[in-house]
Amino acid sequence: MANPAHSATSAAPGHDEGETRRDFLFLATAAFGAVGLGSAIWPFIDQMNPSADVLALATTEVDISPIAEGQSITVKWRGKPVFIRRRTQAEIEQAAKVQDSELPDRQADASRVKKPEWLIVVGVCTHLGCVPLGQKVTDPRGDYGGWFCPCHGSHYDTSGRIRKGPAPKNLDVPDYVFLSDTNVRIG
Amino acid sequence: MNAPEWKNPVVRWIDFRLPIFSFVYHELGVYPAPRNLNYFWTFGSLAGIVLVIMLASGIVLAFNYTPHATMAFDSVERIMRDVNWGWLLRYIHMNGGSAFFIVVYIHMFRGLYYGSYKYPREILWFLGVIILLLMMATAFMGYVLPWGQMSFWGATVITNLFSAFPLVGESIVTWLWGGYSVDNPTLNRFFALHYLLAFVIVGAAAVHLWALHVQKSNNPMGIDTKGPQDTVPFHPYMTVKDLFSLSVFLTVFSMFVFFAPNFFGEPDNYIPANPLVTPPHIVPEWYFLPYYAILRSIPDKLIGVLAMFGSIFVLFLLPWLDTSRVRSGTFRPAYKKLFWVFVVDCIVLGYVGANPPEGYFLILGRLATIYYFFHFIILLPLLGWFERPLPLPTSISQPVLGGRTAATARHMEKA
Ligand code: HEM
Ligand code: FES
Repeated sequence: MANPAHSATSAAPGHDEGETRRDFLFLATAAFGAVGLGSAIWPFIDQMNPSADVLALATTEVDISPIAEGQSITVKWRGKPVFIRRRTQAEIEQAAKVQDSELPDRQADASRVKKPEWLIVVGVCTHLGCVPLGQKVTDPRGDYGGWFCPCHGSHYDTSGRIRKGPAPKNLDVPDYVFLSDTNVRIG
Repeated sequence: MNAPEWKNPVVRWIDFRLPIFSFVYHELGVYPAPRNLNYFWTFGSLAGIVLVIMLASGIVLAFNYTPHATMAFDSVERIMRDVNWGWLLRYIHMNGGSAFFIVVYIHMFRGLYYGSYKYPREILWFLGVIILLLMMATAFMGYVLPWGQMSFWGATVITNLFSAFPLVGESIVTWLWGGYSVDNPTLNRFFALHYLLAFVIVGAAAVHLWALHVQKSNNPMGIDTKGPQDTVPFHPYMTVKDLFSLSVFLTVFSMFVFFAPNFFGEPDNYIPANPLVTPPHIVPEWYFLPYYAILRSIPDKLIGVLAMFGSIFVLFLLPWLDTSRVRSGTFRPAYKKLFWVFVVDCIVLGYVGANPPEGYFLILGRLATIYYFFHFIILLPLLGWFERPLPLPTSISQPVLGGRTAATARHMEKA
């Protein structure tokens, strides 16, 4: 409207309407273009997410019958170690009697296991992803008898819960089902 | 200052259509350099040459390298044992990475001491910080390629830094990995990006030089050049100086490549990557140690990550944090001392980063981290108000040649 040529002609009926129609077309085109561009960019970003073949390998079956009380094994699931520990009675009691107030990431032991004897957790430190020590009999198990991460000094208890050190969360519990008394499927 | 009349007819034919010879003549021939530049001003051109060495050695390594989780380690061993001169090319590239950071860190401390980040060179400084960030990303991804234990666990720990961000953190990490752990998809994309980013650095360096040639070089006195009596033509004065530096650099570099090629390396990286076993001591390459120390000295994961990135981003604010109008440390009695305290602080951080974060090292790391930020955020702004700078010389030629008249006389004589 600042343009004098415009204001001279704007008196003509219907011209104002033309002006808004043009604005509308402009906005609609821009919006259409933005949505189009956005949906065209998405494949370029999403291609970096896990592909179908990676997702297809997402379950692992394990025979747990050879594991004696007090022993642990490590299995590979989705490229990561999973710790399966057959806990002793003492370890189960130790994990159960801990008060919530002592835990940086509050979780009852009962909510972290399906059968108290079997603790199944992802063996990846929740700080920056190292594999904690404690699977071998000769390994240090930290101040709480579970696992110890040597990278920056995180201590986990016999329920895989963080007790001391920089890690913010408990060791993850993966999805799993007992297919039978001696078989678990992880994932 | 017009381009010379090119005598060679071919040169003249080309230059008329694309003035590339005139461009080189202006920017590298008669380009006026302050006459008092010292050897610290040769590290920029050194960095450029190291970049060329990295590109050349990297491209021929890529001819022989296989970016696959099951083959990468073996392909690097094949380069070392079977490929003609492969050991030399790899050692050049490996040590070249370290050399690149040494040269660039000296180049940056030079800028800090002489106030090269101040008006009117702020954008030049920003471009430098951007190049540093690109170099860090490139070197990090390059270190992953040999797929040894340090490659794998370095990649795991560093990518996991992003999991510190609330809500989106975990998804970002999965997205970076292309899976649920560092694996083949990660290696593949890191190789592509390592190749690409090196050339992005070339582009950033070109723009960095463009900005330099607009406002021209700072100098050890930090005062503006006032005319031809304060400058010398780049060629032959600076070309010769740069070449001398280069020859010293290449001598030291060759000593490492031929006599101590694994001096900067970690023996654990000659063990193939094993996703189920973390090596007992994960240490990054030496040039990342100070940042690693900052990360670990803070007990909270998110704040630790933010502090680590913040230690670089604070460099973007530097032109405004330093409130003193005087550029060169030569004329700033207090800043001159604090500069060296800061250098020592960075070295202490590096030393702490190389050691486990326990007991004495933890305390030292915390103090050094606090001082790092204290220097930039508290000391520098206050110093501009409280410090009394020494009187500045009226021109560059005055103290060099003992008086303005002498300088003009000399200049007249030459002309
Ligand atoms: C900006 C400059 C560059 C830097 C700072 C850099 C840094 C690095 C580093 C630190 C390594 C690990 C060396 C080791 O431990 O073995 C590496 C490996 C590698 N880089 Fe680069 N690089 C650069 C440019 C390039 C370019 C342009 C290429 C060309 C494609 C390249 C290709 C490779 C390859 C194939 C490897 C794996 C082989 C090996 O481990 O020696 N790099 N790079
Ligand atoms: S990764 Fe385990 S403590 Fe840092």
